[in-house]
Amino acid sequence: MVSLHEHEKRILLALNGPMGQRELAKATGLNPDSVAHASLWLMSKGLVRISEKRKALLSLGKEGKEYLKEGLPERQALMAIGGGTTASELEKKLGKGKFRIAMAWLMRKRLARSENGKLTLTAEGRKVLTKKMPEEEALEAIAAGKGIAEKEAGVLKGRGDLIRVTEDVARVISITPKGKKLVAGGITAATGANQLTPEMLQDGSWREMEFRPYNVSAVVPSVYPGRRHFAKQAMEYVRKVWLEMGFQEMEGPIINTSFWNFDALFTPQEHPVRDMQDTFFLKQKGELPEGGIVDRVRAAHELGTEGSIGWGYSWDPEKARELVLRTHTTVLSAMAIAKLKKEELPAKLFSVGRCFRNEALDWSHLFEFNQVEGIVVGGGVNFKHLLGYLKQFFSKLGFEKARFRPAYFPYTEMSVEIDVLHPRGEWVELGGAGMFRPEVVVPLLGEDIPVLAWGPGFDRIIMDYYSIRDIRELYKNDVQQLRTMRQWMRG
Amino acid sequence: MPTIEVSKKGLMRKLGKPISDEKLADRIAMMGAVVERMDGDSWVIEAFPNRPDLLSEWGLARALRGFLGVETGLPEYKVHNSSYEAHIDESVRGIREHVAAAVVKGLKMDSEAVASIMQMQEKLHTTHSRNRKLASIGVYDLGKVQFPLDYTTVRGDYRFVPLGYRREMSIAEILREHPKGKEYAHLLAGTDLYPIWLDAAGQVLSLPPIINSAETAVTPETKGVFIDVTGLNARIVEQALNIAVAQLADMGGGIYNVHFGEFTTPSMDPRKMGLDISYCNRLLGLSLTWEQAKGYLGKMRIGTSDGMALVPAYRTDILHPIDLVEDIAIAYGYENFKPEIPQIATIGGEGRRAIMGRKAAEVLAGLGFLECNTYHLTSSETPKRMGQNEKLIAAANPVNVNYNALRSSLLPGLLQILSENRHYDYPQRLFDIGVVFGAGAREELHLAAASCQARADFTEAKSYLEALLRSMGYKPSFKAVSGMPFLDGRAAAVYVKKKKVGVMGEASPKVLENFGLGLPVAAFELGLEKLIS
Repeated sequence: MVSLHEHEKRILLALNGPMGQRELAKATGLNPDSVAHASLWLMSKGLVRISEKRKALLSLGKEGKEYLKEGLPERQALMAIGGGTTASELEKKLGKGKFRIAMAWLMRKRLARSENGKLTLTAEGRKVLTKKMPEEEALEAIAAGKGIAEKEAGVLKGRGDLIRVTEDVARVISITPKGKKLVAGGITAATGANQLTPEMLQDGSWREMEFRPYNVSAVVPSVYPGRRHFAKQAMEYVRKVWLEMGFQEMEGPIINTSFWNFDALFTPQEHPVRDMQDTFFLKQKGELPEGGIVDRVRAAHELGTEGSIGWGYSWDPEKARELVLRTHTTVLSAMAIAKLKKEELPAKLFSVGRCFRNEALDWSHLFEFNQVEGIVVGGGVNFKHLLGYLKQFFSKLGFEKARFRPAYFPYTEMSVEIDVLHPRGEWVELGGAGMFRPEVVVPLLGEDIPVLAWGPGFDRIIMDYYSIRDIRELYKNDVQQLRTMRQWMRG
Repeated sequence: MPTIEVSKKGLMRKLGKPISDEKLADRIAMMGAVVERMDGDSWVIEAFPNRPDLLSEWGLARALRGFLGVETGLPEYKVHNSSYEAHIDESVRGIREHVAAAVVKGLKMDSEAVASIMQMQEKLHTTHSRNRKLASIGVYDLGKVQFPLDYTTVRGDYRFVPLGYRREMSIAEILREHPKGKEYAHLLAGTDLYPIWLDAAGQVLSLPPIINSAETAVTPETKGVFIDVTGLNARIVEQALNIAVAQLADMGGGIYNVHFGEFTTPSMDPRKMGLDISYCNRLLGLSLTWEQAKGYLGKMRIGTSDGMALVPAYRTDILHPIDLVEDIAIAYGYENFKPEIPQIATIGGEGRRAIMGRKAAEVLAGLGFLECNTYHLTSSETPKRMGQNEKLIAAANPVNVNYNALRSSLLPGLLQILSENRHYDYPQRLFDIGVVFGAGAREELHLAAASCQARADFTEAKSYLEALLRSMGYKPSFKAVSGMPFLDGRAAAVYVKKKKVGVMGEASPKVLENFGLGLPVAAFELGLEKLIS
């Protein structure tokens, strides 16, 4: 059994002898495109034959339309000459261009004569005054849409843009014996409406209507939403995770002094991270904070806070004034702790923000990256709590198993590296955490209390979720990708 | 991070305990180093920068013997008193004034041992000594050196045969032509006096921190060595010597001191540090007894005596008792801590910028705009493409020339994105929210939106802008302005409560041309923080 689309059935039923597409459209109530489309399907099933008739189609060109209105140039000239005039007068009347065309045709058709600059009509010319020329008849016929033979239009050819010829392919569709047999076997098509219209609702005619069913598997046009960038969706989620756990968001500058970015975090001034090749420095310098904090930080570096021997070198305030693009959001934590008052403890703070490293660009390296920062100050927290928060956070990101290894950062002790078990079965390193050293906390807060701190990178998690291999894709902004990328569905 | 290549067999031999590859790699990781590569017998190990003592097969083995329980507690390094003397000339002050030295005798050398000493020296130079800046180490064949020695200075025309050459060269020549001279000349810039080690016979030992002399080089025939460290930081100098001497002693040598008149080096005595066990327990959430803590410290090769910790002379990372606490935690095993969430009730809250950005983004997404994610860094040429001659804040040392300055607005980024997406169907409507940078390193949160399509015009931009601001509860007014990047007569400044908060208009065809755009763009950019304050 041949399967037939609704449209195909209606065409088969409507065919009584060879019919044109327009005729069929009228007979079936389908639009001409649907008829063309369905007929091709019927042909491929051997149910109809399609023969093509090519026909030249004539229409008026720009000059053709003009002459139809104003008359051919030679007609205008004939009228102007009448009993006789001079060539120069005629030129004045018609304009130079039209005068030339008119004269050429008057002469060729022997409608007028020129003697010593005087123009008079010939006998033929006088006759034509009251009779239509073949060109005029052709122009009018084309304008009226009457079919005229190409031969008759020949008189207009070669005269500028009088007529245009386009080819019209008319398809004539006729039913094949196989088609007839199928119809005889009985097919029925629902007759009815495609679209429920306001009129049908107003006059109630929908009650008598039958609505043609849709092919529910048919391909439909794509539409795209306006939306957040997929990476930002992920970041919003991470913010939500910390907010739900009662963390307050930290916000702060991207440009910072080395003092806040490094010195306050007990990173010695000779540390490789402070080399030009790793960090973005600006050409200008910034100001160090007021109050005793600079002296306290200096003392921590040179001599250590209580119980510490410090780094044992001579601390340079000028180096601390160098401006950098923050290398980590931990700078926000340092500034936040310096601002905390005793009565605000315990405090839980977080941020999700852009950080910078001076690095060449390739599929796995970028000079900007996103870091998830969090600190818990006070409340008697300990190392187990640090691991607890980290485990909780990564499980919210879909990594049920996390393991912790020793690590090193100048500003934390204990220091932790976090690996999570990826669903594909391997351990993936996702970032660092620790407890701030007394040499960090004491100068900033004034006393040595435990502070949990973490700052894992986040870009790899986003890449993993969206199956992105090249980290640059996070900033590529391919419009089609932005339109079609699946939503961050964790929540 | 610094790495070393070790022979797994060599390491196993030094551990004196059979252990599987997998287990060994795991133990190394849990002790605080990283096995980066396992390639047959060759293993590449990454040590943290605060543990230069792990950057040799000997040092790694020493730590692992403790961690695996083969040999725990403080390693003893006895320093024999000797009659070796050296003199420091006053003239080195302000050049490389800190000095320490030692003699190690009774070494059984072979080419492997020579290579091991060279590797240790190299690793100490690049990591702990910051590429020889803070300290530099020289190792010499004791048999080729006559005591007493002189650490003094000479002028640039002083000549000797440097290692790697067969002819005498002046110091000036060495700094100009010798590969090591060229590499490290900057460390001696600004002086016309050069530090030098001379022996009693006037033989040159070395020109620190550049190069040794050819005459005194260590060979497989060497039985003992003289080793010196000079530098800018006393502690770094002393630590470098201690790490080197500890390894040479592990290799079987006996340590002998060197007398500098007022002081004597090396001192391999452990440093005493008090440790309050309740402090340790409070930080770790454990309830260890002092006896247990002693056991864990011992696994980290830290000794104890009378309630004090004894820190080996080669450990550079123990600044505060907290560092002992971490060693206890590592010995206890990070894997043995039970993660817990503390019961601390606090109220969470979003940042002001974040709220503003999120609200605006919600409205724009609802209006059919796609959000973009962009870099803060851009090219210093960007304003030129916008037809403006603004100067952006420049990075002092950018690796990427196309990203060498900080953006001052978001619109150029959107135009760039539009120019890269010309092959997709229109309309394309984009927005971006992010920080921009103004004069004086001022930062501000901005929002920009652009519509690119055949009929994009002022009216469209204004409709969207009004929809956005209306949704957020603001009523804008507009004043005609002229100037790039907009088309004259089709640009406006946007005001809210009489304050200018942004600009909008049709992008100038000149700008569209600069970005290679074939369709008109209507856009606006707002300072979000200007709306709040």
